[in-house]
Amino acid sequence: MKGDFSLIQYNGTGDFPLERSLFGFIIRYSKRDQLLIVPLVVASMVVYYLSLDLPKTIINQAIQGVGFPHDDSVRRFLGMDLERLPYLLALSVLFLALIVLNGWLKFQINTMKGWMGERMLRRLRYALFDHILRFPLARFRRVKAAEMATMVKDEVEPLGGFIGEALITPLFLGGQALTAMFFIVYQQVWLGLIALAVVGVQAVVIPRLRKRLLVLSRERQLTARALAGRIAECVDGAAEIHAHDTSNWERAEISARLGRIFRIRFELYQRKFLVKFLNNFLSQVTPFLFYTVGGYLVIVGRLDIGALVAVIAAYKDLPTPVKELIDWDQQRLDVEIKYNQVVEQFSAEETAPAELQAPLEAPELPRDGRLKVSAITLHDDAGARVVDGVSFECALKEHIAIVGRPASGASELAQLLARLVMPTNGSIELGGMDLTRAPEAVTGRALAYVGAPAYLFPLSVRENIVYSLKHRPVRPAQYEDEVRRQRDFELQEAARSGNSTLDVNAEWIDYAAAGVAGREELDARIAELLAVVDLEETIFELGLRGAADTRKNSTLAERVLAARTRLRERLASLGIQDWVERFDPNKYNRNATLAENLLFGTPVGRAFDIEDLAANAYVRRVLHDTGLYELLLRTGHKVAQTMVELFSDLPPGHEFFAQYSFIRQEDLPQYKAILQRAGELGLKEIEEAERLALISLTFKLIADRHRLGLIDEGFEARVVEARRYFAAHLPEELRRAIEFFDAQRYNSAASLQDNILFGKIVTGQAEAATRITALVRELMDELGLRPLVVRIGLDYQVGVGGARLAIADRQKIALVRALIKRPELLVVDHAVAGLDPASQQRLLEGILAERKGRGLVWVVQRPDLAERFGVVLVMEHGKLAEKGAFAQLKSNGGPLQKLLLAA
Amino acid sequence: MSLEQEVELIRQVQIFSKIQPAMQKLLCFSAERLKYDAGQVMFNAGDVGEAAYIIIDGTVEISVPTPSGPIVINNMGKNDLLGEIAIYGEVPRTATAKAITKVETLKISKELFMKVIRENPDAAVELIKILAARLASTTSQLTRTRSGSR
Repeated sequence: MKGDFSLIQYNGTGDFPLERSLFGFIIRYSKRDQLLIVPLVVASMVVYYLSLDLPKTIINQAIQGVGFPHDDSVRRFLGMDLERLPYLLALSVLFLALIVLNGWLKFQINTMKGWMGERMLRRLRYALFDHILRFPLARFRRVKAAEMATMVKDEVEPLGGFIGEALITPLFLGGQALTAMFFIVYQQVWLGLIALAVVGVQAVVIPRLRKRLLVLSRERQLTARALAGRIAECVDGAAEIHAHDTSNWERAEISARLGRIFRIRFELYQRKFLVKFLNNFLSQVTPFLFYTVGGYLVIVGRLDIGALVAVIAAYKDLPTPVKELIDWDQQRLDVEIKYNQVVEQFSAEETAPAELQAPLEAPELPRDGRLKVSAITLHDDAGARVVDGVSFECALKEHIAIVGRPASGASELAQLLARLVMPTNGSIELGGMDLTRAPEAVTGRALAYVGAPAYLFPLSVRENIVYSLKHRPVRPAQYEDEVRRQRDFELQEAARSGNSTLDVNAEWIDYAAAGVAGREELDARIAELLAVVDLEETIFELGLRGAADTRKNSTLAERVLAARTRLRERLASLGIQDWVERFDPNKYNRNATLAENLLFGTPVGRAFDIEDLAANAYVRRVLHDTGLYELLLRTGHKVAQTMVELFSDLPPGHEFFAQYSFIRQEDLPQYKAILQRAGELGLKEIEEAERLALISLTFKLIADRHRLGLIDEGFEARVVEARRYFAAHLPEELRRAIEFFDAQRYNSAASLQDNILFGKIVTGQAEAATRITALVRELMDELGLRPLVVRIGLDYQVGVGGARLAIADRQKIALVRALIKRPELLVVDHAVAGLDPASQQRLLEGILAERKGRGLVWVVQRPDLAERFGVVLVMEHGKLAEKGAFAQLKSNGGPLQKLLLAA
Repeated sequence: MSLEQEVELIRQVQIFSKIQPAMQKLLCFSAERLKYDAGQVMFNAGDVGEAAYIIIDGTVEISVPTPSGPIVINNMGKNDLLGEIAIYGEVPRTATAKAITKVETLKISKELFMKVIRENPDAAVELIKILAARLASTTSQLTRTRSGSR
């Protein structure tokens, strides 16, 4: 067996067990830091004591003159003989210095406590996340994502604050309280005993009362976490809620939960304030005892009055530290509960060992040889055998189809082969390497798995594809001086908190694994694979609709402008040049909205949002200055009248609205109301917001499409004039908010397609849109721009979970992600089930060809698809029912034949 | 041409001439204005019919495909209604329509067309009249063909 791996120098996925108790965790990881603060605390107490003692000297010696019996008496101070006044000044300055020193020490202590707490919080969060990464997949079926996130993010947050206080605070406060106590006892034993008794009650009774508080706060945490999980469920299941009208059930459910949280918190407050009340009472009842008992002692002559006053003064300093100590204790219990709760959740007994995920430089991968599966068995959560003693052997580069009904164990077998789940028993050998023991650095390179549904990260298409190549940093990032120092600091901090020290800014993409030399080649390779999975056209379309960053590609602008010219020539040669109405600075474009005509450019950012242009103050200024405001208002009024007149009686969602997409059915009542007010008060008197609503309608008019006959030549001329005014007076700060149309320039805010068209496809021309888009595509191919457009399409952001792509396209991207890393064995598990049969077939052929000479295991959804594979495995009730060539099995009366007949 | 003019035009079309002015307006507003270049095919026999067309300007040639090539059966022009059979018959296009000059049309979707007919008995009566006339003319053509072949 092979298995000698070279480990990368790293930090962070070392063995990182979560301590069972919070103090165990604190002591284990912050002992050194805590000890470093202790001398500071001691120093601060000494300084504090001195600053308390010094006033006595100032008053007695300097002010009252006890130290200066004669007018010319002097006292030595720091080796100097000083008279009374200079002596007073010197002592006062010393007092100031002590205060400053004390403040500085406190400042240092607090900063160090803060740092330490943050480091420990960072370490804890990292450890928790590290555990999540090591959970076996089965565990993710039982936990809710939102609850995990709440735990790592919110629930451990208070821990950071507490860890800084954990040891230092009791030391500090305890020291202070003990000093005061000692002082009192030293003055008078009986009074000392009274004070001690009261503190004793505080220390014994109060914590007992707080026991219930702890139970409550644990409950509070659990219910709050469950609430987070429930809300996430409702978000995920939103479609079901609408489809089945269960929103009110969900409301009731959440209401009940909130009610429970309310009850818990209510009781919590009641108890909390009761405890507070007791605390306050006890600390204030002591002076009462001092006055009565102490007074009696003074009257009977067993105590002098000066000592009594001193004791009462000293006692003033006692309750505060005691109370704070009790608070600290309360906080400790609270935080310990939180810690235990979280740790309990994360300490899954079956968490994978850290070594399994250690980043390896270049692990030896199993090349050719055989795939040997020996008696593997998999138990599910309930202990049932979902895969039951399956054994088979074939060449590693064989193409294998797994056939089986749902719940036959076919998918589980696939997941076992992809090492996503560990078999309960048995072994899998790949080219002589034991898969069940191999680290993920090996399995993640040698194996690939695509299931249905595949997850896409909310990144660009490209980043989703190269995700499978990021096993480890392959080339360190280069840093300049200042950044370098910053980076070194970060590295040091990461190490101190037990975090990963691998650099996220390094080059992680393993080009060699994809068989390419660099970025350019990688893009080309991705394009090839997109063609294999039948996705290239889609990405090309996305590229055309996308806005390209010319900074990344200097020749792009030039080539797109060439395409623009070429398209115009082509249209002219076909005699259809009037099918695209080009942007002309001196002409109103009747196929564009009025808003576009006014701006004559593409908005960048939200300032000139075309949907809400009337909201922009500068736009309104331009309208006023050019006198266009009135005209647009009147026009909007007419549009609203027409829309209300025509569409009021239509049922909601009627398709007639499609033609007038700028007004929605639900907006009609609003416009009705505006019209009514305008009828009563006149257009001038209605509110500004109402006028803007009307102007917004005008802004959305497309003259040729809506044919309302409202925009005549005079109107056009005035808009063109306002367009010039708009550009000429554009304030400096808005210059970047718009990119004007310019026939000679590339518009980096507009899509590629819009850049090539540089105009609008006319609305009334039959087939114009279809033919012109086809022409644009032809042109891109002719000019050799297709790869470039595909590359731009790869920058398309797929959205959360890939929601901005069709489900089938997400699956295809996942397939490309698996193919790009050239695994020894590709496992496809129902991944193309969402596609229509013809596309499935095309995809299958493409991937079979791509994987020629390399291993492929495919759980096929239709048994007839198995015909294209060299070996067919038929699964039944977790057992391997049949294995062989399709040709043999299809007519031998066995399980495959039955499945074929049933299909 | 603006919508007001289109409404005027619609009034000239027999089937829509008797319906209420508001409905005429809605019809124009909701219809799509489409231009065809000379030689452009509007639809082919056998296509699914999703819309009818009112010719605003130009000439459209109607032909039926036969094994020996297409036979032109009619030319249609201004104010003619075109392609409505496929709509209420729920059958594929019975003929091919091709613009032989530049043609301007109002394209009326199937849903819009049916709504107008459903809500306007007058329009339905006009429609029956048109169909009756066509049936009469087809019958007489057939009679003539039969008697001629004897």
